[in-house]
Amino acid sequence: MIQDMLQSSPGLFNFLIFFVLGLVLLLVILGFVTFGILAERKVLGYIQLRHGPNQLGGRFGLLQTVADVLKLLLKEDIIPKLADRPMFILAPVIAFAPSFMVVAAIPFTDHLQFADIGVGLLYYVAVSGMTVFGMLLGGWASNNKYSLLGGARATAQMISYEIPLVMSVLGVVLLSGSLNLNEIVHAQEHGWFILLQPIGFIVFLIAATAELSRIPFDLPESESELVAGYHTEYTGFRWAFFMLAEYVYLFAMTSLIVVLFFGGWLSPIGFLDFIPGSVWFGLKFSAILFLFLWFRATFPRMRADKLMEFAWKVLLPVALGNIFLTAVIKSLFF
Amino acid sequence: MIKTEEMMLNVGPQHPSTHGVFRLVVKLDGEIITDAQPVIGYLHRGTEKLAENLQYTQIIPYTDRMDYLSAMTNNYVICHAVETMMGIQVPDRAEYLRVIAMELGRVASHLVWWGTYLLDLGATSPFIYAFREREMIINMLNELSGARLTFNYMRVGGVKWDAPEGWIEKVKDFIPYMREQLAGYHSLVTGNEIFLNRVKGIGKYTKEDAIHYSLSGVNLRCTGVKWDLRKDEPYSIYDRFQFEVPTREGGDAWARYQCRMAEIEESLKILEQAVEQFPAEGEILAKVPKIIKAPKGEAYVRIESPRGEIGCYIYSDGKKEPYRMKFRRPSFYNLQILPKLLKGENIANMIAILGAIDIVLGEVDG
Repeated sequence: MIQDMLQSSPGLFNFLIFFVLGLVLLLVILGFVTFGILAERKVLGYIQLRHGPNQLGGRFGLLQTVADVLKLLLKEDIIPKLADRPMFILAPVIAFAPSFMVVAAIPFTDHLQFADIGVGLLYYVAVSGMTVFGMLLGGWASNNKYSLLGGARATAQMISYEIPLVMSVLGVVLLSGSLNLNEIVHAQEHGWFILLQPIGFIVFLIAATAELSRIPFDLPESESELVAGYHTEYTGFRWAFFMLAEYVYLFAMTSLIVVLFFGGWLSPIGFLDFIPGSVWFGLKFSAILFLFLWFRATFPRMRADKLMEFAWKVLLPVALGNIFLTAVIKSLFF
Repeated sequence: MIKTEEMMLNVGPQHPSTHGVFRLVVKLDGEIITDAQPVIGYLHRGTEKLAENLQYTQIIPYTDRMDYLSAMTNNYVICHAVETMMGIQVPDRAEYLRVIAMELGRVASHLVWWGTYLLDLGATSPFIYAFREREMIINMLNELSGARLTFNYMRVGGVKWDAPEGWIEKVKDFIPYMREQLAGYHSLVTGNEIFLNRVKGIGKYTKEDAIHYSLSGVNLRCTGVKWDLRKDEPYSIYDRFQFEVPTREGGDAWARYQCRMAEIEESLKILEQAVEQFPAEGEILAKVPKIIKAPKGEAYVRIESPRGEIGCYIYSDGKKEPYRMKFRRPSFYNLQILPKLLKGENIANMIAILGAIDIVLGEVDG
């Protein structure tokens, strides 16, 4: 249906449909973020011998995040006097918009995909790279030394880790012969790429954690050194936008891992095909998400000066070696 | 026009990782620290001056507030000083109670250090595990003294309260539990590659530096100097126990970490023996005059607190208040080496170095 509409002449009606679809996607993602944050707090609580939210919205604290967001919206919006006003206002938007844009390219099931882009993987990597401008701008415009350091760190980290991230998925691309995420999933019908690309998966997972700037790579906002990093001066809904961007990326990145390495919506064993793809996707998604939360609960933070070394001297050579190995294996056996 | 300039960064006094109201003015060249100046005194309460107008028993609560993470050792050092001046023989049972309380305090203090240090390094869970165990210790000390943090437990000549019924058994049960948890701590953190990366070779100094800067406690022992007052100048009844003084050669944050973790084990050993030898009955307070008057003269005593050598100097002119009182507060001395350690370091290591020294601001500022 969408294909037809894309090819029809532009009109108000088409615009309306696309706008509504976008809105639906946004709401779905906001819904995820709401419960994703709750899940994070619950899992952290479980690991750390606490209860986590358990007051608002029943004994599982289902409405806690909603209340938190409402509180953030009602908060006073403070813009520091010496901040660079236009840039300060623009930064959260620049950080958030690409995080939402990348979600459109991800195939949740074979029918549920908002934009089936021929080079979906490339699109994801390219667009997500834009978020770093938001962080850098925010850090710079705040006119705060901690923010500046955080922003500079964020930029350096994001740019460095994007390279091993891209290099590690090239193995997957070689095996599936396509940059289209749909076709990558279909190529995994006889075996997930995590089995064929274990090295690629590990490098990707590490680089993805760094891209998401989660522990152990949360240096841009390491609270013990930089207070809150690039968003130290942000309050209320502007701050919420930075946080939202972070969690939407978590959503997108986890989905991408499922698509690239765990066979997307495909069932692991043939006779379980009757279970709908969305359920499989959800299960795999939850497992990967739990892995990220688990990381957060157990690891300390990396050292900033070792961070770059690790990306360039360890991850990148390993990823390059993986490409080489994959190419050799493919030309010999496939 | 492009130009570079040094950036001055004010860390604290309200900063999440300075462990209190500690301020550090650092000059940064990019992310490299070129100069660091600690600014202290935000928590100064003039304990020493106040003491001049207080009777000896009244000073004890003030010492609780110096090193609030191990108030028992502070209690002990002033009582010990006055007892030394007056020549009081403390009853056995009181000495055992004191040692058990002090060693429990040492374990609790090191646990807080372990938890907050890992928190500084970005790991959140260890903090909560450490506080779970610390809470048990605090509860035990609460049962003993009636307070969780500022115990005000010791008196000149003994202790204020006897151990409640079943308390010794509780301590006995706690020791194997703590050992088990300690093994868990090691498997969670000690072997972690990221953690090792952050502490190995960080904040390194030599044996000579440590001695010149008058460092004590773990900060001295991490360079290989085997100096523990419990062993070298046994006070109280420490000569009755078998225990090791853990030392490391590295002189870096990793060595300090290992020393502290080993010290918890040694404290547990002492506790085990103390609980075993605990006299079934006896006095808990020596016969002391109602109003304590230290004889004319002066005395200096020093003991091993979790942070190092804590000393108490009293000059008395025979009245019920000291004429002058001075505390050698180990955190204050240990902190002095910080500017030297920070120079030339990456700012990411700043907190790791500061945390490894293990300061308590109440003690630094007095």
